[in-house]
Amino acid sequence: MTTQMLGALESGLLYALMALGVYITFRILDFPDLTVDGSFTTGGAIAAVMISGGSSPWIATLAAVLGGLVAGAVTGLLHTKGKINGLLSGILMMIALYSINMRIMGKPNISLLGENTVFNSIAPLILMPIIVVIVKVLLDLFLRTDLGLALRATGDNQRMIRSFGTHTDNTIILGLSISNGLVALSGALIAQQSGFADISSGIGMIVIGLASVIIGEAIFGARTVFFATLAAVLGSIVYRVVVALALRIDWLEPTDLKLITAVIVVIALVVPSARRTWKQKSLARIRSEEMISMPDRKQVGGGL
Amino acid sequence: MLQLNHVSKLFHPGSPDEKIALIDVNLDLRPGDFVTVIGSNGAGKSTLMNMISGVLKPDAGEVRIGGHEISHLPEYRRSKWVGRVFQDPMAGTAPHMTIEENLAMAYSRGKTRGLSFGVTSKRRGMFREQLSRLGIGLEGRLKAKVGTLSGGERQALSLLMATFTEPQILLLDEHTAALDPARAELVTRLTQNIVSELKLTTLMVTHNMEQAIRLGNRLIMMDAGRIILDVDDETKRDLTMERLIGEFERISGHKLSDDRVVLGS
Ligand SMILES: Nc1ncnc2c1ncn2[C@@H]1O[C@H](COP(=O)(O)OP(=O)(O)OP(=O)(O)O)[C@@H](O)[C@H]1O
Ligand SMILES: [Mg+2]
Repeated sequence: MTTQMLGALESGLLYALMALGVYITFRILDFPDLTVDGSFTTGGAIAAVMISGGSSPWIATLAAVLGGLVAGAVTGLLHTKGKINGLLSGILMMIALYSINMRIMGKPNISLLGENTVFNSIAPLILMPIIVVIVKVLLDLFLRTDLGLALRATGDNQRMIRSFGTHTDNTIILGLSISNGLVALSGALIAQQSGFADISSGIGMIVIGLASVIIGEAIFGARTVFFATLAAVLGSIVYRVVVALALRIDWLEPTDLKLITAVIVVIALVVPSARRTWKQKSLARIRSEEMISMPDRKQVGGGL
Repeated sequence: MLQLNHVSKLFHPGSPDEKIALIDVNLDLRPGDFVTVIGSNGAGKSTLMNMISGVLKPDAGEVRIGGHEISHLPEYRRSKWVGRVFQDPMAGTAPHMTIEENLAMAYSRGKTRGLSFGVTSKRRGMFREQLSRLGIGLEGRLKAKVGTLSGGERQALSLLMATFTEPQILLLDEHTAALDPARAELVTRLTQNIVSELKLTTLMVTHNMEQAIRLGNRLIMMDAGRIILDVDDETKRDLTMERLIGEFERISGHKLSDDRVVLGS
C-alpha cells in the first residue's frame, strides 16, 4: 500500500509538468490544445534516442524540451497565421507528430534499461519535487511579468490587450510553445523513469492533463495564478492516487483507466456548471420573492 | 494631429448586401480638439473609429496621425498613439485579472513587453494615485478581480486605462451608452475632467444630443457614411437641440432615425 502510494506520488510529480503545460493552454489561453498527445511522445522519443546514442541525459532532456517548444509553436502558427480552428490545428499537429515521432525513434519502442538517465544519480522521489517546484515558481514569476500579463490577457480579453499594443498572434504562439515544452519535458522524464519510450505513450494524454487541472481546481481552488498552478500539480498527484486505488478493485481492468479518466473529467466539468445554474436559480427565486414583498421599489441596486 | 483624407470603406463589395460604411470622409483635428460625433444608426460612426484605431483598413484614402501616414499599420502597432474605450463595459478590461494587473497592461501601452514584473511597488503607488482621482474608491481594491466590479466601475477603469499614458488620440464610442443615467453621468464627468486636464485630442461618439452639444469644442454629424455637418466652437455655444435636429433633417432629407437617441438627461 505505502509503496503503491509512493509510486502514485512519483508519477503524479512526473505528470505534473504535463498538467502545468495543459493549464497554460486550457486555462490561460482558453485554447483546447490536442498537440499534447503528440508532443508528449516527442519528448520521450528525443530523450530516448539521444540517451541510447550516448548523450548526457540532461542534454537529451533539454533537447526534448526544445522539440516540444517547436511542436507547440507550429500549432500556434497553424492557428494564427493559417487561420485554422484551434482544435483542428492541435489535431493536425498531433497526427503529424505521430509520423515525426516514428522517424525520430526509428522503431515503435526504445528501451532505456541499463542506460544512464537523470534518475541514476538522484532518485525520482528526490529529484522530481525539486524540478516541479522550480518549474512552478518560474511559471508563476513569468505570469507576473509584462509579457506574462499579456499572455494571460490574450486568453481573457483578446480585443482589450490588442488595443494596448500586443500582437496576440505572438502571445498565442508563445503560450502554446511553452505549454508543449513542458509536456515534452514530462514525456522525456517519464521515459527515463519507466525505462522506455513508446510511440503510443502520448495517447489520451490531453484528457489526463485536463483531469489533473480540473480535479486540482475543484479540490484546491484557483483564486490566483499561484494557487492555480499549485492546483494543477496537486491535481496530477490526486489523479494518480485515484488511479492507484481504482486499480486495486478486482473487477477493473487497467484498460478501463481511460474510461475512468473520461468520466472524472465529465463529472468535474458538469458539476461546477450545474452548481452555478442551481445557485443562479435559487438566487433568482430569492430576489423575485424580495421584489414581490417590496412592490414600490422597481429596481434594487447599489450605488455605482 | 489626426487627419483623414478621402477615406472610404465598403462592406461586402459587389455582393447584394453591399454596404457603404464611409464614403470620401475628410477630417482634420487639431491638437487638443474634443469632437463629439452624432448620427443615425449605421451612419458609419463606429467604422470611423475603427478606421483610426486600425481595427479596419480603409479601402481608399489615408489616415495620418501627427503627420505620419498610418493607414496600413495594424491595430497593435497604432496603440501607442490611440487610446480607446468601447461601448461594452466588458470589452475594455480583462475580467479574471486584478485591477492592478489591468493597469499594468495599460501602462505598457505600445511598448515591447518583456520579462520585468508588471506590478512593482513603485507602479502600484502610481496606480493607487491615479485610481483615487476617479473618486470611486477603486484605489483600495487594487487586488480585486475586475470581473467583480460593476459596469460603471469597469467603464471608469477603462477610461483611466485608456488615458493615463496620455495617448495622442482618444476614441470613445458610446462609452456611456450601456450604463444607467447616474453612472453614465459620472463617467461623462470623469471623461470631461480627464480630457481637459491632459488636453487629449478626442473623438467621442454619443447618442445623447444634449451631451454632444455641451461637451467638447466641435461637433460633427454623420449620415450614410458622410460627415454632413461640422459645427465649430463658436456656433456650437449657442446651438440648441431643436436647431441641431432641424439641421440634420434639412441636410440629410430624412428624419434622424436612431433607436437609442437620447435628447437630454
Ligand atoms: N463588420 C461589418 N460587416 C458588414 N457590415 C458592417 C460591418 N460593420 C458595419 N457595417 C455596416 O456599415 C454601416 C456603418 O456601420 P457603423 O457600425 O459604423 O454605424 P454606426 O454609425 O456606428 O451605427 P450605430 O449608431 O448603430 O452604432 C452599417 O450599414 C453597418 O451595417
Ligand atoms: Mg456604432
